[in-house]
Amino acid sequence: MIDAVKHLFGVKTFSHGIHPPDSKDGTRDLPIRQFAFAPLLIVPFSQHIGKPAIPVVGEGAEVTRGQMLAKPDGFMSVAIHAPATGVISRIGLTPAINGKMTPGFFLKPYEASTQEVMEGAVVDPETATPEEILTAIQNAGVVGLGGAGFPTHAKLKVPEGRSIDTLILNGAECEPYLTTDHRVMLEHAEDVMRGIPYLLRATRAERVIIAVESNKRDAAESLRAAIPPGQPITVEVLPVKYPQGAEKMLTSALVGREIPSGGLPLDVGVICTNIGTTAEIGHLLPRGMGLYERVITVGGPAVKKKGNYRIPIGTPLRFILDVVGVEDDITTVVMGGPMMGAAASSLDISITKGSTGVIAFTERETGRVNNQTEYPCIKCGACVDACPIFLNPSSLGLLAEKGRYDEMVDDFHLRDCFECGCCTFVCPSHIPLVQKFRVAKAAVRKAAQVAK
Amino acid sequence: MTQLAKTLTIRSSPHIRANSGVDTIMFNVVLAMLPVCAYAVYVFGMAALLVLVTATLTCVLTEHVLCRINGKPTTIGDWSVTITGILYGLTLPPSLPLWIVIAGGVIAVGVGKYLFGGLGYNTFNPALVGRAVLQAAFPAAMTTWPDAPLNRFGSLPSSTLAIPLTKPVYDGVSGATPLSDWKFNGDAADTSDLFLGTISGSTGETCALLILIGGAYLAARKMMNWQIPAAILVTVAVFSGVLSLIDSDQFAGPSFMLFSGGLMLGAVFMATDMVGSPITHLGSILYGILIGVLVVLIRVWGGMPEGVMYAILIGNAVTPQIDNWIQPRVYGSVKKRPAS
Repeated sequence: MIDAVKHLFGVKTFSHGIHPPDSKDGTRDLPIRQFAFAPLLIVPFSQHIGKPAIPVVGEGAEVTRGQMLAKPDGFMSVAIHAPATGVISRIGLTPAINGKMTPGFFLKPYEASTQEVMEGAVVDPETATPEEILTAIQNAGVVGLGGAGFPTHAKLKVPEGRSIDTLILNGAECEPYLTTDHRVMLEHAEDVMRGIPYLLRATRAERVIIAVESNKRDAAESLRAAIPPGQPITVEVLPVKYPQGAEKMLTSALVGREIPSGGLPLDVGVICTNIGTTAEIGHLLPRGMGLYERVITVGGPAVKKKGNYRIPIGTPLRFILDVVGVEDDITTVVMGGPMMGAAASSLDISITKGSTGVIAFTERETGRVNNQTEYPCIKCGACVDACPIFLNPSSLGLLAEKGRYDEMVDDFHLRDCFECGCCTFVCPSHIPLVQKFRVAKAAVRKAAQVAK
Repeated sequence: MTQLAKTLTIRSSPHIRANSGVDTIMFNVVLAMLPVCAYAVYVFGMAALLVLVTATLTCVLTEHVLCRINGKPTTIGDWSVTITGILYGLTLPPSLPLWIVIAGGVIAVGVGKYLFGGLGYNTFNPALVGRAVLQAAFPAAMTTWPDAPLNRFGSLPSSTLAIPLTKPVYDGVSGATPLSDWKFNGDAADTSDLFLGTISGSTGETCALLILIGGAYLAARKMMNWQIPAAILVTVAVFSGVLSLIDSDQFAGPSFMLFSGGLMLGAVFMATDMVGSPITHLGSILYGILIGVLVVLIRVWGGMPEGVMYAILIGNAVTPQIDNWIQPRVYGSVKKRPAS
């Protein structure tokens, strides 16, 4: 309710949400640095949702950094590029974050190589058609660098007969610990500005709003200073709140439009893209390069040399932790932020295009979370006040306990839950609500498949 | 290469949590009630102290024993039963025989809480369940209040240590509360006396000021839904205000209505029991309005001077239905959840 009042008085925000400690102090002031090459890079064919890319080089092939290793298979697929100059020692199964094995390249970088990057055909945003720009983005292997791995060209494609007016660039970076977007906005504002014309041309949007949370005012200033004269670009500073970076929340906060349940920002004339993705497009397309590395925050209480690093795709977690050094009582390594990131089951999994951070925790923090007594739901309503899409996690949780999954979907909008974890964060009874919802969703999906 | 001392722990996100817990919230509620208890002992002396301690110990022990009998770990660590015990004690007359206090405490926790499934599942406020049973079983004992005795720390009312199942003698200490005085004699007490609690009544219902301070503390720490007491008090004020405008001789004014009887204690510490109150803000406000209306109706037209207990119990009973009707409107949906 207070949020609604704030909105009336012109404060751009969304309703509900939570305020976890942002924990960004450890890395926010550390400039982006190039990370070393691991002795073996493990590059899965699929680092995006959609079909895995099709390999275009075989075992034993010598490849150059930035060279295309696999080409897109269909519209929802993107290309994969070599993160280093070296030799493909093997093509086989690689471990993924979810514990499954997926096919990929094992690449041994040449130690003595200068690691120069291969450049290709340049795309000019002034002359290229929207279709050409989208194809170039697809061939550059660009996916949303915010974590979901959605192919960017697919997101930017405005369907026939539809139009959008606003392009929102997401620089909110609301997850605690993560500071990659912050550093990119601060250090590479001109890449962002170079990327924007491609996006505008591809989507035919009229204006661009860049959303930055108020704990990164320096980044907002850096972007404002870089806006070329006459461009329809504004930078909005939003109050710090999680999950500000969700498309639904950004769209509500910035343009006051509600995305229909089950719909996309496109349905209300908006496309949201991550700011880091935009900077990559601005960096890669004018040079005809593919995505072969990304900026990652390596941090958390268990990491000694915290920082924002430009890390080659395919670098194994073990190598990263080895280089930065970790505390002895490290217990959990999270890929992504602590609110939505996944805990790694093994250190052999590698950095992919969707990895925003590597956050390591020690016994002290994980013990505090794991050893909490679970009490029954006391219907305090904290979860209802926290849920940014106004679900009733309390009722959903009680239904989940009884296995009444269909009711959760039909009567309580379970499908609208995007698993931000706000309910679980605030629950004083320490009930793993969002985990129950994931289980319920999976069960409902499975039942639907069986029924087919 | 990194050799980890421990194996990696895998768990579902989020990997960080807020610093809150049911036990912390409940403990703070206990803290917020302590000044009210202290003042009750100051006004009513040893008798009030004995009632409060007996009530609390009975409730805590009942829960502990019931958990053990059923082979479950004891749940007294979450502090919720301590709240029940203190609240129950605060609703009793300080002259109530201790054996009745014990009987009611066992019922409060055994029937009001444990039979429903324990914390989180009890439909009704357990403290009020205990009190309601006593009100039915021992109407005379439950409506006899002592005047604050002069030698309150040196002597006890003769009823306090009465032998179980005998009819206690309230000789010499019984007095009328402001509400019964008003209802049966038409005398309204002074508001400042009511506000500061220098007047007879149940153990903890007398000092409105301390109750409000406790409530404000909890609301400031976001451990209490302030909208519930606000809705109740505003409703009582408006409703009784309208009535007294119509006929100020027959109907007492808002200030008397607000600060007399158990309204403050009930509105701040009982109606706000999270388990028995609605989960949404709109639902909470409706629930508060309902209780407020019932309080005035029962006080003005009911057969008894006091109506807060029944008003809250009825509110508790209606809560599941309110929660069923009032669901948050889900983001991006036009249609509300169909009534199930």
